[in-house]
Amino acid sequence: MGQTVVQKILARATGKDKVAVGDVVEPKIDIAMSHENGALVLNQFLEIYKGLGHAPKVWDNSRIAIIFDHRVPAESKKTATNQKKLREFVAEQGITKFHDIRGDEGGICHQILVENGYVLPGSVVVGTDSHTTTHGALGAFAFGIGATEMAAVWALGVAFNIEVPPTIKVVVSGKMPKYISSKDLILYLIGKISAEGANFKVLEFHGETIENMSINERLTLSNMSVEAGATSGIIPADKITEKYLREVANYKGDIHPVLPDSDAKYDRIVEINVENLVPQIACPHTVDNVKPVTEVLGLPIDQVVIGSCTNGRLQDLETVTNIVRGKKVARGTRLLVFPASYKILSEALDRGYVSDLIKAGAVVMNPGCGPCLGIHQGALGDGERALATTNRNFKGRMGNPNSEVYLCSPAVAAASALKGCITDPRGEE
Amino acid sequence: MTKTKVIYKIGDDISTDIIYPGRYMATVLPTETPAFAFDDIQELNELLKNGDNSTPRTIVCGKNFGCGSSREQAASTLKGHNLIIIAKDFARIFLQNSINLGLQTVICPQIEANVGDELEVSEGKVINKTSGKTFETVPLPPARQAIVDAGGLIPYTQKRLKEKLGTKCGNCHN
Repeated sequence: MGQTVVQKILARATGKDKVAVGDVVEPKIDIAMSHENGALVLNQFLEIYKGLGHAPKVWDNSRIAIIFDHRVPAESKKTATNQKKLREFVAEQGITKFHDIRGDEGGICHQILVENGYVLPGSVVVGTDSHTTTHGALGAFAFGIGATEMAAVWALGVAFNIEVPPTIKVVVSGKMPKYISSKDLILYLIGKISAEGANFKVLEFHGETIENMSINERLTLSNMSVEAGATSGIIPADKITEKYLREVANYKGDIHPVLPDSDAKYDRIVEINVENLVPQIACPHTVDNVKPVTEVLGLPIDQVVIGSCTNGRLQDLETVTNIVRGKKVARGTRLLVFPASYKILSEALDRGYVSDLIKAGAVVMNPGCGPCLGIHQGALGDGERALATTNRNFKGRMGNPNSEVYLCSPAVAAASALKGCITDPRGEE
Repeated sequence: MTKTKVIYKIGDDISTDIIYPGRYMATVLPTETPAFAFDDIQELNELLKNGDNSTPRTIVCGKNFGCGSSREQAASTLKGHNLIIIAKDFARIFLQNSINLGLQTVICPQIEANVGDELEVSEGKVINKTSGKTFETVPLPPARQAIVDAGGLIPYTQKRLKEKLGTKCGNCHN
């Protein structure tokens, strides 16, 4: 019987010809990524070495990535001290894939990994961040783990006791209508299969719509796969993947796409045609509370957030800029823009997007996670409502349990910022 | 078999943002996280901090408990309060973190219990002593049970690391 992409990747990573769904395997890890929570990984890593009579040493200092993004620059002495400890550890261990708070190489971990060519088709990627699913967009098996599990990876370079997951095949057909993006598609899918519809399973994306999608858009799909509970969201690598790795990530080595067998066995198949898809919006307080935007038009918005590992890429900024250029953000609404990396910010500056955004009244912030997880930069006041291109709308997510977060595409967010209320970008030309 | 009492009931899709709000993520040490458990549900936060936790207390949850972020603090904060979490089912990363840290999680799809009920939790079942009903539990996959049996992921990894490095005398650095 044929194998899915995740089966093939796990077979390779364990030195086997084949693995079956449910097999327990110990895959070798290609990239192990942490952000500020590396401070907890470090604590657990030192615990593992306690009493062993050996100096703590990571298994491979070229395969660990540490990227500061969640609280940059530090919002508190605690964060600053955690970052300091990690900086010292990185130097001591000679960790090479380290991205500090710097304008020439910093940004959100899930953007930094892909734009630097750290992730390849067929890679096994673990990260102490649930949105590690993002990297499946390049044809990798990428999944989130906890800090102690990462400490074990730092020590031994394998993930313990992984069960080969079943795969749901998602087949997408049709041409994307104007103003509809992969964000609308993934919100629609999550609404359809629910926030736990893919728990302990992998989503594997196929179909002509996916084949014609840019890597930027694919990253959004894989990124939010975890919001359906998926372990990973994999898009088999193709020419577009290879072009991205060569031209954007400047990767020079060999590329070996991993494709599913034609007779691979899937847990189920979900088919979606996007030709009549309308802008989607996830209403409070779960990501699967998805509605067509037309059902909530006119709802006043206090803060619009554009950015995050989901929708802070150049293509997203381009969409937003094209909508707000020459216009003004509504009085009473704040528009905050967080590019996903400095590379993106730099290109947005070169193309004049930042100037256009600022003139329209947007606040363009430094690359990083921003207010997405409610730690700093843009918390909500009591009773306020945010519209965000981010990935989660859980109660309290943006720093205040007495507020609401709605999730949407960059086009919906931009059109809504101009009106000060939820707006369908399709009617605003 | 563990005797326990239900101290709180909570619904479906309880995210790690509810269990351990993002604003406390710079606090990482398992000894320091318990103070912030369910900080946005003040009555529960106070119940946990002020009640007697000398014997395990239980929170009964709906489906998809622990969805969202991979933050391990969500498991360590509950572990610090000596809780048993009984849910209809769990999100993947939270469940794995709980196993790794030794937080007792019980998958019990049919569970019926109210605040104040006395429970007996044992292998394969939960008995509600108050209602007299018994509910089957879903066993952990054997691969995960191995980590539980080792006493958590740190001892499990230590054992594996010892095998790799070879045993050396801890004092003489030879």
